[in-house]
Amino acid sequence: MRSTESNVTQSITQVIAASSLGTLIEWYDFYIFGSLAVIIGQQLFPSDAGASALINTLAIFAAGFIVRPFGALVFGRLGDLIGRKYTFLLTLVLMGGSTFLIGLIPSYSSIGYAAPILVLILRLVQGLALGGEYGGAATYVAEHAPVGRRGFFTSWIQTTATLGLFLSLGVIVLTKNILGAKNFADWGWRIPFLVSILLVVVSIYIRMKMHESPVFSKLKAEGKVSANPLKESFQKKANFKMVLVALFGATMGQGVVWYTGQFYAQSFLENTCKLDFNESRYILLWAIVFATPFFVIFGSWSDKVGRKWIMLAGMLLGVICYRPIYQYFLDATNVKEMQKTMLLSQSEPVVERGLVPGKADSLITTTVTKTLTNGMTFKESKVEVITEDVLAEVPAVETVIKDVTLSQSSYVVIILLVFFQVVLVTMVYGPIAAFLVELFPTQIRYTSMSLPYHIGNGVFGGLVPFIATLIASFQGSTPLSGLWYPIGIAALSFIIGAVYIDNRRDDNVMD
Amino acid sequence: MSGLKKILGLLWIALGPVIIIFLFMQAADKIGAAAEGIARTNTTLQWAIIILIFIPICTGLVIFGYYAWKGEYDHLPESSEEL
Repeated sequence: MRSTESNVTQSITQVIAASSLGTLIEWYDFYIFGSLAVIIGQQLFPSDAGASALINTLAIFAAGFIVRPFGALVFGRLGDLIGRKYTFLLTLVLMGGSTFLIGLIPSYSSIGYAAPILVLILRLVQGLALGGEYGGAATYVAEHAPVGRRGFFTSWIQTTATLGLFLSLGVIVLTKNILGAKNFADWGWRIPFLVSILLVVVSIYIRMKMHESPVFSKLKAEGKVSANPLKESFQKKANFKMVLVALFGATMGQGVVWYTGQFYAQSFLENTCKLDFNESRYILLWAIVFATPFFVIFGSWSDKVGRKWIMLAGMLLGVICYRPIYQYFLDATNVKEMQKTMLLSQSEPVVERGLVPGKADSLITTTVTKTLTNGMTFKESKVEVITEDVLAEVPAVETVIKDVTLSQSSYVVIILLVFFQVVLVTMVYGPIAAFLVELFPTQIRYTSMSLPYHIGNGVFGGLVPFIATLIASFQGSTPLSGLWYPIGIAALSFIIGAVYIDNRRDDNVMD
Repeated sequence: MSGLKKILGLLWIALGPVIIIFLFMQAADKIGAAAEGIARTNTTLQWAIIILIFIPICTGLVIFGYYAWKGEYDHLPESSEEL
């Protein structure tokens, strides 16, 4: 008896390791594009505005996220028709291949508009592949997991998204530090993309050795595989209403909490608070390191107390805490005010002369590095435009603050606050795979759970940085105005989840 | 709880069109405020993407509200046989 239990544990451990590794690599591939979007934009798109700017907008902002639900439909259907194993093997090859190819695409100066078009196509393939991958991996693990421990085992799959982000940030920071900023911007940015192929080959080798899910195999042997999973998922009211409640009551709120904690936080620190490139990434890296075990803690806990209230508590805490947290970020980095009373020293000015892009006007940038008494440093640049047209109105001198580094105490507090946000991510995300798997029958599980997951994460979540930044740019808005988007969506999802979702665990996923 | 589910269903039915109208109004406002040229084209494109994405989602919210109002969520299925 003990030997059988040991075999089961060994088997499920192998299943988790093989599934997680592939999923982690897919997340890594997906995130390096996002993390390097600015550099990719500079290399593969023309510097002056034009038709390519439209492609740029599509590629960077939307394409990868928007096609994820379509990937969920295409590969979800395949997974329910031909099996879990071969489908997510295919998504892995597509993701790895397209990532590797992005690393090989010549720059805009070599092949012109073909560069951004190729990037857009490959980004679409990445999004489709990711849309197919996660549902397969979660379903595969859940269908292997023993009764009563599904939350615990699937939570390991849940860690991969965060670890994929960690890996991508780590590889980028490491490559940049080794090569230097200039080499990294010129050609070094390709390395994180090219490295992906090695990881994918290893993962394909491991996945090839895996067996099909026992639940799906049984279904196939009995000839009960769905003939048309899409039709059964979305045309049958009983299934479709569950897809809707999963989307509005769970994955929608989970998606915005996820992307606020792990993307908007870093974007806000870097772009709004003007924190140094490396410092903003180190903060997120530390937060992820400390918070990642909580995926497993909350996943395991959900086996005992149910999935619903853990996920909803994460959403509610986000609704309550986001504004005070981001207000602290602003206050702790407000060097403009601090320097009035705390300026310790400043460096000799460095003057750079150049031209305004696309114009004949001259640009003079004078930069000084300032140090405050609390140990913070930052660069202050005064940008002056000298117009060619002597009759033209003289533009005002613009002061730009950048590369802010924090005091020791603020650094620690901000890591803790980002850590707290990632813990909220683990609350909403840790139990959700088990929750979704239990909501749908085996025949249409891959299709049915993938769609709400990818609309919630890819659309509601993936658009958080974009929509929040857009709202913050409206006239009369403050830097915190963008938070109303994730707060509003999380609040709505909390209400729907609290009223309509059941806290019951479904032990039988064999049906 | 069933009563609350039904009443809120009416709210979700109303919320779908309200969100779409709000998005169209915001889009018209922001596109109108954008500078002529590529900035306006980019703003138009961004809002077109947002509206295109949220129309089917809001339609889903209306259907969800309709199901709730009709009492479809009064009892959630406990096994796949009920689906």
